[in-house]
Amino acid sequence: MRTLFLLLLTTLLPALAHGQVQVFACEPEWGALTNALAGDRAEVFVATTANQDPHHIEARPSLIAKMRRADLVVCTGAELEVGWLPLLIRRSGNPNVQTDQPGYFEAAMSVPRLNIPETLDRSHGDVHSAGNPHVHLDPHRLLSIARALAERLQQVDPPHQAHYQQRLDDFAQHWQRRIQHWEQQAQALSGLKVVVHHQDWLYLNHWLGLNQVATIEPRPGIPPSAADQKRLLRTLTDQPPDAILIAGYQNPQAARWLAERLQVPLVTLPYTVGGDSHSNGLSELFQRTLHLLLQTRKVAP
Amino acid sequence: MFKLTPARACALAACAVAPVAGAQTGYISGNEFNPAISLILDGRYTEYNDAMELPGFQAGPEAELPEKGFSLGHSELTLSANVDDRFYGSASLALHEHEGATEVELEEAYLETLGLGGGASVRFGRFLSWIGYLNQQHEHSWSFYDAPLVYQAMFGKTLYDDGLQLRWLAPTDLYLELGAELTRGDAFPGGENDGNEGKALFVKLGGDLGRNQSWQLGASAYRTAFHERSGESHAHGHGEEEEHHAELVMEDGEVDILGVDAVWKWAPTGNARQQQLVLQAEYLQRDESANAVFSEEDNSIVSAYDGEHDGYYVQALYRFHPRWRTGVRYGSVEADNRFRVLESNGIDLEEFLEETELGSNEPIERRSVMLEYNHSEFSRLRLQYNHRDWGENRDDLWVLQYNMSLGSHGAHGF
Repeated sequence: MRTLFLLLLTTLLPALAHGQVQVFACEPEWGALTNALAGDRAEVFVATTANQDPHHIEARPSLIAKMRRADLVVCTGAELEVGWLPLLIRRSGNPNVQTDQPGYFEAAMSVPRLNIPETLDRSHGDVHSAGNPHVHLDPHRLLSIARALAERLQQVDPPHQAHYQQRLDDFAQHWQRRIQHWEQQAQALSGLKVVVHHQDWLYLNHWLGLNQVATIEPRPGIPPSAADQKRLLRTLTDQPPDAILIAGYQNPQAARWLAERLQVPLVTLPYTVGGDSHSNGLSELFQRTLHLLLQTRKVAP
Repeated sequence: MFKLTPARACALAACAVAPVAGAQTGYISGNEFNPAISLILDGRYTEYNDAMELPGFQAGPEAELPEKGFSLGHSELTLSANVDDRFYGSASLALHEHEGATEVELEEAYLETLGLGGGASVRFGRFLSWIGYLNQQHEHSWSFYDAPLVYQAMFGKTLYDDGLQLRWLAPTDLYLELGAELTRGDAFPGGENDGNEGKALFVKLGGDLGRNQSWQLGASAYRTAFHERSGESHAHGHGEEEEHHAELVMEDGEVDILGVDAVWKWAPTGNARQQQLVLQAEYLQRDESANAVFSEEDNSIVSAYDGEHDGYYVQALYRFHPRWRTGVRYGSVEADNRFRVLESNGIDLEEFLEETELGSNEPIERRSVMLEYNHSEFSRLRLQYNHRDWGENRDDLWVLQYNMSLGSHGAHGF
């Protein structure tokens, strides 16, 4: 009887078996960043993959179960996960991760955001009142977020403050060198004319100086109809872009159709960590994104 | 060369430790803490032939027929917000037409604890019971315009009541949640009672199978007792326009309901927005006993009633495009009622059973098909066809429905 009870306890309560910080990361980029900053101090669960649209995740039973045991939630915020995260947090009954607690971290809210709408009207599509939430593709913002997140980890796990500080310093040093390297590489990309599917690339565009000439979605979150596509084709025929950018989780049909007719390259960017087989870390994600963009420069006439 | 965008300027300057964005202007105003408001607008165009009631079952309060032609459905206003750091509150008002007048129904008005700890949550006030799978969902998030036949037979439509709910979520990777509810117990299939006769227990299990599949299983039990339960009488149905008044009242009764439910969802790479298949089934069984008192003008009959009812539905939904979804549903209910006459005054058992149709033990079957167009996640147009078989009877129903969500729209459960 006692062994049965112990067996039950060890299978049911693995969280108690070790003192790691249990982290619930909404998207792969935050999972990777938390791992970089916490190392073996944290056990990170990533709720979504690069193939899933983070706007539209179901509050699945498995996610509720994970949220129940989290010490720290690391999400994009700025309303990106409004359709599922609040419900998970409420259903979990977990006092550590309620929105007023140190265990609740919204990455996008710790950096300045772009495209904060002046009017909120659903006829403008699925707009976010806090601005565009896809902040992670600007490496400068990512570094700011890393600093804020390290501070949060120290709050949640005070005995190991020095550990997090050390890892942050290492990360920052490494990251700044990478940024220099990337910015040198990316000079050729400045002014590249791109058409995007959704406003996922706003911060990347700003960082690299890409010139976003159109979005395939007629309004944020509204899938394009055949008429929308034809209209876009007409406006782009005279001045075709250099490339069309989509993320792996987006339906490529409309982008493919447009790319074929305009005879411009369609580039599926990884968007986040794990977005393709070359993007298994944050650094690799940026390296790969630049590589794919630079390729369009080479093949372009 | 790079353009010096604000972001880059910031990165180059010493603001790497970012300030919290967008310092708000500090006007004093009373409406900054408005609750989230969601309004559902729902309207239909309905065509059908013949009657739609459920022979063999005492009808619940919402068993009336839908309006033919244009009509408004279930307009729903929901307000919700965190009350403070400990409580969350939500209220849902449903507005619908009943005999030419607009009726307001307070479907939910509950408070729930936030982060109580230990996996526990307490909900109190008026709420949709968590028994079954569909019951806790609001009508606007149903996949068909109507509730499954078995929900109509067992609960009138859905079961909501005033009381207290306790839930406990196990600290495991497998989702396991246990819950109990204690309620007034006077919502159909309950009735007037001495108080707090409604008792429910439920258990839910769920998880993922790889990245593409997720599932949930549930089992639930509900029990209530009543002194008096009156329902709509069937006597004005089927054919002849009888003007006389007839009434069926169940007295001193007990109701026991058991149910199991299962849901399985599949989406390629877990990206349900593009493509998703959902299979869902529920089985419910009800045992009830009471004294059935039937009166028609000056005549009446009293009999000891014992009813065994069961029913189920299975449905499949398929989203084949971000904007399009289709679904099929099959449902069936069956009643087995026994009566022992205690007192007869001008009406015999045969006439009683004929008038109330409670003697019917033939299964009622219904097949439904629907096609949905979602222009955005906030708007929905739906075409649905129902075909019903009961003995020799065949009923058909067509509905063209719109279902639109205005304002903030909270997250939906699994």
